[in-house]
Amino acid sequence: MSKVMTKMNKMSDEELFKFIEFDSSRAESTAYSGYSYWKSTFKVFMSRRSTRLTLYFLILLLLFTLLQPYFPGQKSPTEIFINPETGRQLRSHPPGAEFWFGTNTIGQDLWARIWSGTRTTLLIAIVSVTSSTVIGIVIGALWGYVRALDRVFTEIYNVINNIPTTVLRMLITYVLRPSIGTLIFAMCLTNWVGMAKWIRNLIIIIRDREYNLASRCLGTPTRRVIVKNLLPQIVSVVMLDVALSIPGVIGSEVFLTYIGLGLPVETPSLGNLIDEGRRVMMNLSQTYQLVFPAVVVALITIAFYSLGNKFADASDPRNHV
Amino acid sequence: MEIIKYILGRIGRSIISLFLVLVIVFLLMRLLPVETYYGDRTDRLSETTKQAILKDLGLLDPIPVQFWNYLKGLARFDLGKSLTYYAGKPVWSIMAPKIGYSLRFGAASLVISFVLGISLGILMVRTKEKLPDRLGNGFIIFVDAVPSMVYYLAIQFIGTKLMSIGMLYKENNFTTWILPVLSLSLGSIASYAMWTRRYMMDQVNADYVKLARAKGLTDKQIMVKHVLRNAFTPMAQNLPSSIIFTISGSLYIESLYSIPGTGGLLINAIQAQDNTLVQMLVMFYAVLSVAGMLLGDLAMMVCDPRITFTKKGGAR
Repeated sequence: MSKVMTKMNKMSDEELFKFIEFDSSRAESTAYSGYSYWKSTFKVFMSRRSTRLTLYFLILLLLFTLLQPYFPGQKSPTEIFINPETGRQLRSHPPGAEFWFGTNTIGQDLWARIWSGTRTTLLIAIVSVTSSTVIGIVIGALWGYVRALDRVFTEIYNVINNIPTTVLRMLITYVLRPSIGTLIFAMCLTNWVGMAKWIRNLIIIIRDREYNLASRCLGTPTRRVIVKNLLPQIVSVVMLDVALSIPGVIGSEVFLTYIGLGLPVETPSLGNLIDEGRRVMMNLSQTYQLVFPAVVVALITIAFYSLGNKFADASDPRNHV
Repeated sequence: MEIIKYILGRIGRSIISLFLVLVIVFLLMRLLPVETYYGDRTDRLSETTKQAILKDLGLLDPIPVQFWNYLKGLARFDLGKSLTYYAGKPVWSIMAPKIGYSLRFGAASLVISFVLGISLGILMVRTKEKLPDRLGNGFIIFVDAVPSMVYYLAIQFIGTKLMSIGMLYKENNFTTWILPVLSLSLGSIASYAMWTRRYMMDQVNADYVKLARAKGLTDKQIMVKHVLRNAFTPMAQNLPSSIIFTISGSLYIESLYSIPGTGGLLINAIQAQDNTLVQMLVMFYAVLSVAGMLLGDLAMMVCDPRITFTKKGGAR
């Protein structure tokens, strides 16, 4: 900076400024910026070190969760280990070299169960959030774009919105047989409503903005209007909603398990593990059975939550430049 | 006139919502396998006794007849009798004495979280980007993201094991109140703090604040008369719900600390497979939520002078 300045100060006016001949073709030209939405989003997103670290951490965690059973020396999450000396179950064996996170009250390996449980819970969270997001976007887009439908959808929304989600989820899981499918269904049925409302509001705001009108007047193809003008505005909201929904679904799973409506005990899930840990937590020598799954849940939910917030900020075109 | 029309329409919509919930709950409950109605002696009952039980409960009638009877019962405040949890006792008499407990805890935590949450928010604005603000943000992210069960259990463990506060609730022992009220408040403290912070940050540079400052108002006057008035409107919408929901108690906390309130009742009813009690409690929650939203909308209407009910020309 300073070097350039001193160099420029030494230059005379003639050296610094030169007249350019008038060029009628260049006077008419309009600039096409090389702005790429996704590139800018990515750049803004990756510009903070804390965000990068969280992202790498989450990717590593997800990869490890997926690949954990294929690593050497991993135990089965459902096998009950027997103490060779007494011939009985290896109950609540403290963490050590053999069982990294110890064993639970019936002698299963807690380390293997935690990763197996994370797989189950993340499966529920990701499948239900993805499908409810798709439903929400489709309905929200219709709701916002087709004016004739606005009134009908709004009335329906007002009615549905009055029903408390927790209660609805509890009722569905109470009535249906507890299984992964039931949980996904219950979460999905209650999650799309908020999403649809968000999308609808955004589309109504953006649809008739001047820049869209201008694009249309300039003859921009609809596909380009959607991809370049509408989508970027919606991405940030969708990502924020997805990122906040995943911790929400995980919390819901923990809650439903606690009140006895979760997955059957044979299927390890984070909810089941926390509930098992809760039963023995007051016994100081067994507290680790709650601490390990609780820490894993906390790390996963915080990572999703904060990354989602950061990505929503980065994907908002107003924060580019 | 417009206001009255709006209020009537809003009430009408609430009634439709409630009716819809009623139908959904009713139909879902009929989907349950009939075995759940026999109580815990299923295998010892003969086929005729089973039929008699179902007939007694009116479950053999066609669905529309059942629904009509159910509505008639509701109109007379006859909500049915508990099946298993308090066998034979009318559901309402199980419920009524529990409301007081939930109400007391709810009110205590409501006041605490309102005061602490807004103070924390203001503190965070004052120390923007400095340590207290960062800590506050960390706290908000933690409380928002992590399932509440995790930190409820942490509070219970730390409180009872490390600080040896009595775990189970006793009515006359005040220290047993501390942990449940603290747990109950954390979530709302975070959301009030986040809201206050975000709102005040936005407003400090708003044109009307600049104008007020240019006119020579003190910061305090600007805060109290202008910014808080504006900030209060969205809060007004949630306040009635928060107040009403104190009755419903907390599902988690009441059962964690054995508080004999209404929140723990639903969990007990589900675990005991007490269908009528579950049905009644679910309806109860729905009524609370619908009423809360209705009052919230009305409160917002009163608080926000910008809301009008006449359609402006050209508005879609």
